[in-house]
Amino acid sequence: MLENDLKFLEETFKQYYFDHFDLIHVPDRPKEREYGYKKFNTGMIRHISLKTDKDLRLMLMTNLPSDVFCSNGYYSFPNLPMAEKDWKEADLIFDIDAKDLNLSCRKDHTCMKCVSCAEISLVQDTCPKCKSNKLGLVSLPCQNCISGVKKEVLNLVKILTSDLQIDDKNIRISFSGNEGFHVYVTNSSYNQLGSTERRDLIDYIKFQSAIPERYGFPKNNPSRTSFPDLGDPGWSGRVAKELFGSKSKRSKTITKVISDGKVAYQQKLEEMGKNSIGVKIDSNVTSDIHRIFRLEGSLNSKSGLVKLACEDIEKFNPYTEACLIDDKPVEISASSPIKFKLKNTTFGPYTNEKITIPKYAAVYMMCKGIASSTSM
Amino acid sequence: MISLGQDEIAKYPFLAEAGQYLKDKGFTLEQFASDPDLQLIVDKAYERIESAAEEKTYYTELDDPSEKETALPLNVFSFLIAIVLLKLSGVNTLINKFSLAEARRAEKFLQSDLVSNSDKKSEEFAIKIFRDVFKVTIKKTGNYFVIPIPDYLKHAVNFHEREWKLINRHVENGMVFLSPHESVRLIRRELSGYIGSKIKAANTPSMSDGFEDKVKKLSNLAKKFVVNTVVTGAYPPCIEHAIEVLNKGENLSHSGRFMLATFLLGRGQTIDEIAPLFKNAPDWNEKVTRYQIKQLSGEAGGNKTKYACPSCEKIKSNNLCYITPDCDNIINPMQFGKKRL
Repeated sequence: MLENDLKFLEETFKQYYFDHFDLIHVPDRPKEREYGYKKFNTGMIRHISLKTDKDLRLMLMTNLPSDVFCSNGYYSFPNLPMAEKDWKEADLIFDIDAKDLNLSCRKDHTCMKCVSCAEISLVQDTCPKCKSNKLGLVSLPCQNCISGVKKEVLNLVKILTSDLQIDDKNIRISFSGNEGFHVYVTNSSYNQLGSTERRDLIDYIKFQSAIPERYGFPKNNPSRTSFPDLGDPGWSGRVAKELFGSKSKRSKTITKVISDGKVAYQQKLEEMGKNSIGVKIDSNVTSDIHRIFRLEGSLNSKSGLVKLACEDIEKFNPYTEACLIDDKPVEISASSPIKFKLKNTTFGPYTNEKITIPKYAAVYMMCKGIASSTSM
Repeated sequence: MISLGQDEIAKYPFLAEAGQYLKDKGFTLEQFASDPDLQLIVDKAYERIESAAEEKTYYTELDDPSEKETALPLNVFSFLIAIVLLKLSGVNTLINKFSLAEARRAEKFLQSDLVSNSDKKSEEFAIKIFRDVFKVTIKKTGNYFVIPIPDYLKHAVNFHEREWKLINRHVENGMVFLSPHESVRLIRRELSGYIGSKIKAANTPSMSDGFEDKVKKLSNLAKKFVVNTVVTGAYPPCIEHAIEVLNKGENLSHSGRFMLATFLLGRGQTIDEIAPLFKNAPDWNEKVTRYQIKQLSGEAGGNKTKYACPSCEKIKSNNLCYITPDCDNIINPMQFGKKRL
C-alpha cells in the first residue's frame, strides 16, 4: 500500500474508533481471551491479553490497527504461546461467506487487478495492459449476495435450534464487515468439543458424507416404507422434502430412486449436500478452536465496513447500517469498471479518474484496492 | 467405586480391586504360584491371554450359565491371574490385545443387560457403568437409548466408518438415538482403554517359580506380532491430484497446500524438494512458500511444532479426497502403499 493511502486510512480508522467507543467492547469473560491485531502493511500480532474496555480502546488508539481480533477460545494464560495457554473451551462459531455460495450474480460484480502492473479491468485471461497472467480478483458484493447469505444463516439457525437444541438466547449473528455473516453459539455444551468433534458436526450441518442406508436405501431389498417422510425430524425430513417435493409425489419418486439403484442415490445425496440442502458454512473456521475472530464493533480493512451484531437479520442492510465512516467529501483517483451501492447511493463505474466522493465510499474503494488517495 | 455383586464381578471383573478381591476370598498370590490344585486357574489365565492374542473373545464354559457355581470364581480368578502374568511378561502388545478382548466380552454382557426387560437391576447397573466409568449419560426411550449430541461426538469420532458420523444417525432435539448394541459399541475403545489403564497402573508382583514357564510362553507368543512393513513410492490420489492442480497453474486451497506439504515432509522430502512444486501457483512467492514449509516441518516457529499430514476424514471434509480402490481403507494418506511383509 502506498504511503499516502496508508496514512489516510490510518487517520480515518482512528477517527472512527474515537467517534464510536460505544461500539467497542471486550466480550464476555474478557480475561480468558486472546486478542490480536493487524496494521496496514504488517502481519498479525497476537497472543495479547486485555482485561477491560479501557485496555481495548487504549490498544486501538496507540497501535492504529487495520483489523482487531479476539479468540473464540477461553484460556488460563491467553498471552502465552499456544502450547502453554491451557485451552479450556471455545465458542462454536460459523462463518458463511458470499464467495462460497457460487451465486450467478458474482461474475457481474467482480473485476480483476493485475499483480504485476496493478491495472484494473473486467475479468479476462490476461492483463490487458502488460499481458501478465498473475491476476487477483476483486469483488464488490451486491444485495443479492447478502440475501443469499442471509438465507443460509437462517437455515443454519434452524438446524442449531431444532436438531442441536441450542437455546435461541445463546445464538448471536453478526455481519462480518465484508461479504458474510458470523453465527456465534456461546454457553452451550458444544463449547467443550475439540476440533475433530467439530468436524463431524460440520459434516452434519453441510449434509456431507451421508450414506444411502441411513436415508432409506438399505444394502438389500429396499422397501418403500424405509424411505424418509416429509414430517420426519432432522435431516430425514429435509431430505424427504427435497427429494419428493410433496407427499403426493413420494411414491412415484421412490419407485424411480429404487430402479435407478443405490449408487445413483448416493450421488443424489452428495449432490443435495453440495448444491441445495447443505448449509454452506466454512469448515476451516468452525473446526478451529484456537482461532481469533474479528471483534464486533471493529472495522474490516477489506472494506472499511464495521463488523456489527444484527438484532433482526432479515431486515439488516449491511451497506447502510454497517457503513459508519463519515461522509465528508474526499478526492481520490479511482478505477472501477463495476458499480457498487453504499448508503443507498450508487457509485461508479470509474475509469482511472479523479473523483470527489463521500469518505465512506472512498475508504471502501481504497480497502478493495481499486482507488488511491490524491491528497497530502 | 461401583459396588459389585457376585454376578457383576464375573461379568465385569475389571471393576473389582484385584488385591482386595483375593484377600476377601482368603487367597494369596503365592498360593496360585505353588498350589497344584490352583494350577487349573493359572492354565485358564494363560488361555485367556492366548485367545485374546488370537483376537478371539473369551467365551468358554466360563460364560455358560449352567456352570455358574464353579464358573464364577474361576472366571474372576483367571482374569486376575492373567493380569499378573501380563505384568510379569511386560509385553504391551499383549496387554492391549487382552484389554480389547476383555472389552468385547464385557460389551456382550453390557448389551444383554441393557435389553434385559425382565431384570431392571441389570439394566440400571449397565447404565451406571456408562455414567460412572465413561461419563456418558444414556437414557432409555422406547427401544432406543438416547445420548446428548456433544457426548456422542466425543466417542463417535474414534470410528472411521461412515455409519458413525452424526449425519448418518437419527438425531432429534439435541439427542442421538442408538440401539443397545450401538450404545455399547460406542464406548468399546474407552472400555478397552479403561481395562488397559487399570492393568498398566497395577503393581508388578515379583516373579514366582510357578509363573515363570507361562511368562516365557507369553514372550514367545508376542514375537508373532512384530510387523515389518515396506512403503512403495507411489502417491495417493489426493496428493497426485493436488500436484496436478499446481502443475496446471490453478489455485490449490490453503488446506490442499497444507496436505501436500505435510505429506511430502512426512515422506522425508526436504524444503528444497517441495518448494518448487508451488511455483506455478497464481500467488507464488518463493520466500513465503519456503517460510511456510519450514513452519510445517517444525524447524521454525515458536513451539517447533511438526505438523502431521491430515487424516482422510479431514481431507474428505475439505473436498480434497479422490479415493480409488488402491486406497484400501487407509485412514491417513501416509499409509498409502504400505505393505506388510
